[in-house]
Amino acid sequence: MSKKVNLSPKDFSNLATLSNLSPSKEESDTIRNQLSEALNAMDVLNELDTKDVAPLNHPTGEMVNVYRKDEVTSSLSQKEALSNAKSTHNGYFQVDAIFEDQEN
Amino acid sequence: MHTKHLWIGGKMNSKAKYTPVIGAEIHVELKTKSKMFCGCKNDPFKAEKPNIYTCPVCLGLPGAIPVPNKKAIDWTIMLGLALNCQINKESKFDRKHYFYPDLAKGYQISQYDEPFCVNGFVETSFGRVGITRVHLEEDTAKLQHAKVKGKNVSLIDFNRSGVPLVEIVTEPDIHSSDQAKEFLNIIRNLVRSLDISDANMEQGSMRLEANISLTSDGSLPDYKVEVKNINSFRFFGLSVKSEITRQTEILESGKTPKQETRGWREDKKTTVSQRLKEGAADYRYFPEPDIPPIVISQSQIDSIKSQITELPQERKQRWIDEYGLRSDYATLLCSQKDLVLYIDKVLKESKKENIDSNKVIGQIINKKIDLKKVSPEDLLTKIKDDQSGKIIDNQELESWIDQAIKDLPKVSKDYQDGKDNAIGSLIGKVMSMSKGQADGKTVKEIIHKKLRG
Amino acid sequence: MKLNELTITNTLKGLENHDFSSEEVTKDCLSKIGQTNKKINSFISIFEEEAIASAKIADEKIKKGDKLPLLGVPFAIKDNFLTKDRRTTAASKVLDDYIPQYSSTVIRKLEYAGAIILGKTNLDAWCHGSSTETSDYGSCKNPHDTNTLPGGSSGGSAAAISSNQTIGSIGSETAGSIRQPASWCGVVGLKPTYGRVSRYGVIAMGSSLDSPGPLTKTTEDAAKVLEVISGLDKFDGTTSPKKVENYHKNLSADIKGMTIGIPKEYLMEDSQEGINQLVLDAAKQMEKLGAKIVEISMLDPKYSIAVYTIVQRSEVSSNLSRFDGIRYGNDRSLMGPEAKRRIMLGTYALSSGYYDAYYKKAQKVRMLLKKDFERVFQSVDTVLAPTSPSTALPVGSSLNHPMFGEIADVLVEASSMAGLTGINIPVGFIGKLPVGMQIIGNYFQEQTVLNLAHAYETSVDWRQNEFKS
Repeated sequence: MSKKVNLSPKDFSNLATLSNLSPSKEESDTIRNQLSEALNAMDVLNELDTKDVAPLNHPTGEMVNVYRKDEVTSSLSQKEALSNAKSTHNGYFQVDAIFEDQEN
Repeated sequence: MHTKHLWIGGKMNSKAKYTPVIGAEIHVELKTKSKMFCGCKNDPFKAEKPNIYTCPVCLGLPGAIPVPNKKAIDWTIMLGLALNCQINKESKFDRKHYFYPDLAKGYQISQYDEPFCVNGFVETSFGRVGITRVHLEEDTAKLQHAKVKGKNVSLIDFNRSGVPLVEIVTEPDIHSSDQAKEFLNIIRNLVRSLDISDANMEQGSMRLEANISLTSDGSLPDYKVEVKNINSFRFFGLSVKSEITRQTEILESGKTPKQETRGWREDKKTTVSQRLKEGAADYRYFPEPDIPPIVISQSQIDSIKSQITELPQERKQRWIDEYGLRSDYATLLCSQKDLVLYIDKVLKESKKENIDSNKVIGQIINKKIDLKKVSPEDLLTKIKDDQSGKIIDNQELESWIDQAIKDLPKVSKDYQDGKDNAIGSLIGKVMSMSKGQADGKTVKEIIHKKLRG
Repeated sequence: MKLNELTITNTLKGLENHDFSSEEVTKDCLSKIGQTNKKINSFISIFEEEAIASAKIADEKIKKGDKLPLLGVPFAIKDNFLTKDRRTTAASKVLDDYIPQYSSTVIRKLEYAGAIILGKTNLDAWCHGSSTETSDYGSCKNPHDTNTLPGGSSGGSAAAISSNQTIGSIGSETAGSIRQPASWCGVVGLKPTYGRVSRYGVIAMGSSLDSPGPLTKTTEDAAKVLEVISGLDKFDGTTSPKKVENYHKNLSADIKGMTIGIPKEYLMEDSQEGINQLVLDAAKQMEKLGAKIVEISMLDPKYSIAVYTIVQRSEVSSNLSRFDGIRYGNDRSLMGPEAKRRIMLGTYALSSGYYDAYYKKAQKVRMLLKKDFERVFQSVDTVLAPTSPSTALPVGSSLNHPMFGEIADVLVEASSMAGLTGINIPVGFIGKLPVGMQIIGNYFQEQTVLNLAHAYETSVDWRQNEFKS
C-alpha cells in the first residue's frame, strides 16, 4: 500500500466489469482519479501495527451459532414474487438469452 | 483452435507415456425440508410451477437477511465424518461474488477459508483418494433457454435458489476413468446411505466437475482443464476419456494444453471450450457479515457421529472379510439400504450352515428373488434342497404345472376329454421347466388332479 | 400550538385524555408537510390517504380503551425501510417503481404498536452520504436555514422532525447517519448498539454496521421509540437475545456519580470555532448535576475515516450486487456517480491481491478501535464529544467531494465501527444553526446514554421551552 496507487484506464475498465457497471467515458476519467486519490488516503492505516491483531468481522462479538430449525414456512405467491419484474413469461423471470457454450 | 477428433474406445497407444491426474468437485443438494437460509420448501424438482417456493431471502429482495439451517450444517459435518475428515471447530460463511441472472444476490453464500470439513479420504480399489474439503453453500436458480415471440430468451425459476448444496473437493488422486467412476459410485452410495441427498444426477441433485491433466513423470502438471456440464456417470467416464485423448494429442505435438473450462457435449461426444468473459473471475470472498461465526463443539461432533450407522464401504469390507463374499456382489448390495438387514442375515445363516455365501447371494442377484415374499430362512432351506436335488417346493411345482396347462391349451383339453396319452407332453413341459429336478410321478398326479379331479 | 408540534409523549397524553384525535394530529402533520415539503424536500413519498385511514382506526381503538405504546402517533420513515405495498426507493432511481412484497421488522413493530406511517423521507441515494443532496429525488434542505444541508444520510427524517412535519421519525445509521443529521438539524438522534434493532427489511448499506434508530424531538421520545423497535428478530441472526429494557419507564435524570470521559483527540483544533466550547459548557452542566468529568485519550479519529471507508465500501459493493433489474427495479445504469464510486472502490478493496492490504487491514484496525473503547469503558460510563466538527454546511458542499461524508462523520465513525450506541442531543446554536453533542455508551448501555441525555436536556431552560405546550 505504501506505493502510490495510480489506476490505469485498463485497471479501471477491469474494475468496472467486475462491478457490473458501465460508466460513461467522461465519468470514467473522473472516477478513476478519485479512486486513486481515495486509495492513497487509506495509506494512513499503515501507521498502525496490526501484526498480532485479529480482524473484527462482527462488531459486538456477542453472537455465535445462530441457526433456524429445518421447518417450512410460507413463501411468496408466484404473483407476488414476479410483481416487480420488468419482464416475465409463464411464471418465469425473463432475461435476454444467455449462451453458456462458445465453441472454438 | 482445437482439432476435431472422435474418440475410439480403447485406442490409447500412448497409455504408458502419460498418466491422468484428476481431481473432482462434486456438488450434492441436501434433502432438508426447507432451504439453506430461509423457510421456503426445498423441493425444486417436484414443484408444480416455477417461482412458487420463494421469499425475500432466496429471491434476493432488498433488506433480506439469511439465517442458516441447522440440519444442513449437521448433515455436512456428518458427511465430512463419513469421509474421514477433520471437522473445523471454528467455521464461518463467506460471500462469493459474481454476476449471473441465476444468482439472486450477485453473490453466493459459500465457505472460503474455514469450511466445515477438511483433510479426509476415500479408499477405492485403485488406491486412496484424498478429500481436500467439504463445505456448505447455496444453490442457484434454474435457467432454461427458450424462444419467446421469436426472441431468444432465458427464463429463470428461483424454486431452486437457496437449496443447501454441499461441495466435496478431492485431491488430484484419481488416475483413470474407471477409478473416477468407482469413486463417484462410492460418494453417491454414501450420501444415499446417510439419507441426506437423493444424489440423482439426471435431476441435478448431484453434479460433477473434474479437473483433468496429464503427467509423464508423475509430477503435478502446470496446467489443468476444468470439465463441467457432466450430468451422468457415463458422461463422466466419457468426458474423462475424451480429455485424455485430446490432451495426449496436444502433448504429443509438443504443446501444452490450454488452462481452461470445457463442457461435455453429448451430441459431439467431446468436450468443448467454454470461453469466459474478458477479465478472469475474481470472486472477492469476504466473511458474510449477516451470519455470526459458527463454533462446533466436540460433543456436537460426537452426537453427529453417533447418528452414523455402518457406512456402505465399511459394510462391503465386512462382508468380504467375514463371509468371503465376492467383491462385485458386495459392491452391488452394500448400499441398498432396504436389503442390508436381509443380506446380513442370509450371510450369517449360510456361514453357520456351511453354504457357499456367493452361491446364495448369486441366486438372489441372478434369479431376482422377491425378497419381500421369501424369508431368509426359507431361502436358505430352498437353496439347501436345490443343492441336494431332492425336494422341490410344492408351490413352485404347482406354478410350473399351471404354466404348462396354460401354455398347452389344446393338449390339456385333449387330456380332459379323455385322451390319456396327452398327459405326456404336459409332464415333459414341467420337467423341462424344473430342469429335470421334479419327480415325474408327483407331476403326473397333480396334473391328473387339476384336469380330471 | 399546532398538534404537529407535539412530542410523542405529549401526543400520547393528549390522545389518552381525548383532548384531540389521532386523525387531527395526522392531518396537522400532513398539512405541515404540504406547506413545507416543496422547500425542505424531506419526503420522497407521502401516504396521505393510508395515513388518515390508519389514524381513524387508531381513534376507534383509543375509544375502546386499547393501550398500545405508540397508538395514533404519526411517524416519518426513512425511505430505506421496506413498506409492504408502499413504494420504497432508497432515494435511487434504480428503485423508482419498487413496491416491496414485505415490510421491514421495524415497520411491522411500529405498526403493531399503533403508529401511523405518514410517508417516506429523503436520504442520500442508498444512504451514501452525509448531506442528503446525493438523493436522486433532489436535495433535502435544513429547516433552520434552507441554504444549508440537513446532513445525512437520514437528512429527511431529521429535517421532518426539526420542521414539525411529524411527531416521530425513524432513520438508520451506518456511521453517523442518525447522529450527524440530528446534530445539524438540532434534534435528538439515537444510534442503538449494532444488533439491538433488527435490520431485516432495511436496504443494506454496510451489513456489519447498519443500526436503525429513532430521530425525535426529545430524549424521552427516543426512549419510547427504542423500546418499541428493539429486540431479537428471528429474521436477523445478528440481533441480540438480550432483554429489551423499559427504557422509557426507567428513564432517570439522576446522574450522580456517573463518570464521563472527554477524549482530547475529539476536541479537534480544526473543528469549527465555538463547537468544542458549547460541548464543554454542556459537560459543565452535567458536572453540576453530579457527574464526574475526566479527560481521556483515544486513538486519533483520522484512522477511523480510512477504516470506515474501506469496510463500508466493500460491504456496499457486495450489497448493491443484487440490484440487477431482473427481479425488481431498474438496471444498474441508473446508479448515480456516488454509488458507482463506492461500488468500485469496494470491489477493488476486496479483489484478489488487494484484500489483505485493504479489507483485512481495515478489519484489523477496526479491532484496535473496539479495543480502544473497551479500555476506555473500564474507567468511564460514557464518552462525550461533539457530534460533528461543523454546523450545517452550505448546499452544494458535498458535490465533487468524494470523501465528504467520511470527513463530516469523523467523530462518529470509530464508535460505529465498534458497534457501540450513541446519541446526539442539541447543546446550543452558532448563529441560527444548531450544534450537537454526542454521548457514546458501552454495548447495550442505551439506558445509561438516554439517562445522561435526559438529565442534561431537562436541566436546560432553552430546551424545555421548545416543547412547552
